[in-house]
Amino acid sequence: MLKALVEPRWLVATGIILLGLLLIPFGAPLFYIYILSVIFVTALLAMSLNLVLGYGGIYQFHHAVFYGVGAYTVALILTRTSLPWWIALLAGPFVAAATGLIIGWFCVRLTKLYFGMLQISLGSLVWIIVYRWYDVTGGDNGIHDIPMPEWLTTFQGAYYFILAVVVVCVGLMFLLIKSPFGATLQAIRDNPQRCEAIGINVRHHKLIAIVIAAFFGGVAGVLFATLERSVFPGLLFWVLSLEILVMCLLGGWFTFAGPILGAAIVVALRTVASRYTDYWTMVLGIILILLIFFLPEGVMGFIQERVAAKNKAPHPQRVEEGSGS
Amino acid sequence: MDPSAVISLLLVGLARAMILFIVSAGLTFVLGVLRVPNVAHGSLYMIGAFVAFTIATAFGQSSAGFWFALILAPLVVAAVALIIERGLLSHLYQREHLMLILFTFGLMLILNDLVKLIWGAEYRSVTPPEILDGAVTLFGFNIPRYSLFLLFVGPLVAVGLWFLSNKTRLGKIARAASVDREMVGVLGINVSWVFAAAFVIGCALAGLGGALVAPTTSISLGMDLTIIIESFLIVIIGGLGNTWGALIGSILFGVSQSLGLLFFPQFAIAFPYAVVVIVLLLRPRGLLRSAW
Repeated sequence: MLKALVEPRWLVATGIILLGLLLIPFGAPLFYIYILSVIFVTALLAMSLNLVLGYGGIYQFHHAVFYGVGAYTVALILTRTSLPWWIALLAGPFVAAATGLIIGWFCVRLTKLYFGMLQISLGSLVWIIVYRWYDVTGGDNGIHDIPMPEWLTTFQGAYYFILAVVVVCVGLMFLLIKSPFGATLQAIRDNPQRCEAIGINVRHHKLIAIVIAAFFGGVAGVLFATLERSVFPGLLFWVLSLEILVMCLLGGWFTFAGPILGAAIVVALRTVASRYTDYWTMVLGIILILLIFFLPEGVMGFIQERVAAKNKAPHPQRVEEGSGS
Repeated sequence: MDPSAVISLLLVGLARAMILFIVSAGLTFVLGVLRVPNVAHGSLYMIGAFVAFTIATAFGQSSAGFWFALILAPLVVAAVALIIERGLLSHLYQREHLMLILFTFGLMLILNDLVKLIWGAEYRSVTPPEILDGAVTLFGFNIPRYSLFLLFVGPLVAVGLWFLSNKTRLGKIARAASVDREMVGVLGINVSWVFAAAFVIGCALAGLGGALVAPTTSISLGMDLTIIIESFLIVIIGGLGNTWGALIGSILFGVSQSLGLLFFPQFAIAFPYAVVVIVLLLRPRGLLRSAW
């Protein structure tokens, strides 16, 4: 079945990359293992956004809410109750998905910019509650020293756990996009009126897509909580949502792997640039504006375009040679 | 509960609403004419406040300094906006909203770091002029003079904007261009400059809001982050591009926050958000007709 979905050479490439990632902890310094874990978590977050943004054409402007809700669910369950850790980790994505259902239910009645702005407002309402409810969420201090099982507290343990979860999630998202539901979603993105006309319940499909994206965003949040063992309100602040949007743009949002690349670039740049300058966000802003002007399809989109042009190249070239000589 | 305390709290809330109105009127004006959701609007508001601080300090925080700052800060912000519009934004109008919002986000990141670079991370303040300092007793209620001043300026801006968009040539062209840009261009009007003017006016309002808020609060980095969300909410519940909607939205916002302070001080900040959700449940596209 897999062969029908993926070209063999992509499968091989993915396998090699995965093998490499499995071996990295044996040789790399702890800092790099940590940064790679951050990249995995961020990549999952960006991909979950791309599910609705790139494939659904939905203006999900406040995706970080689901990330934050997932992370806070873990933190609250583990610090306020005596439930075991795995229940907390499982609960995170479902609470995030439920949040997605509530926010989405309001938002799907609107489209495009109205949708996005309504989502920012509803998401900010969640943020305000987390930010202000000191007794429960710790307010702007956040929650720190979340207890985790021993094996998850080492860098290597967290690395492998995160890698495994991210790979499974990415695989699921890939299957989802290739499924009839994914095809419908893309059809809705390209022409909602026509979809409505042939009897597809557009709102219904959008809502399901938002819930699924919120679920995976929640998984990313859970992974963040396991990696950092602390949570803070910034996780569901709207600025982070726009940063994730930037990652999708940077990588290319009509491509499946683009957001991974975008997340990797942003995290790596932040790590490097913040070593040399206090003005890292200015660097990001300048990159973003350059990108919008010169590379609107993103890095991955650009590469794909080039590859496509190269594959097509022989034919027109031959014609040119013929007419030239 | 002391009724006179309640009323003065409401009046202070209403005064705060006037600043929200001035900022969100600028935002909604730009949204209505240019269809650009300007995330950097809050940064321009912050720049307005910092510029007001610099000018007021140059005059030794005297009364004259405040009045100069009030006039000059919006002009400085307008100049910044003009550079942004002519240099960058004017090349992007054909792009989709998503690109525009990300562009303004990039601007926000750059402007905020520039503010950090120029003014640093310390807290700043502006002294209000003597004539607006202290409180007056009106009909037995204690009201800060500065709040009264804001309650005077807010409606003035509303009337000014109404006059601009309904009675002047520029406003009429801007409204027409927001409905059908190409048609207006075909009629031989230079739409590009109309858009530039609309953007500059909208941003100048952010600067004015920043200058007005300067004496009432400590000016610091990050003051842009809450105002921009609040203005977005106000613009949504008012109806995108509708100035009067922005006025109603701001009043709802400011007053509900005051009422929240009265009953649940800790969650006062959440009250306006709850109002927004209720309004949107009843009228998903805002209270008044959107310009779109």
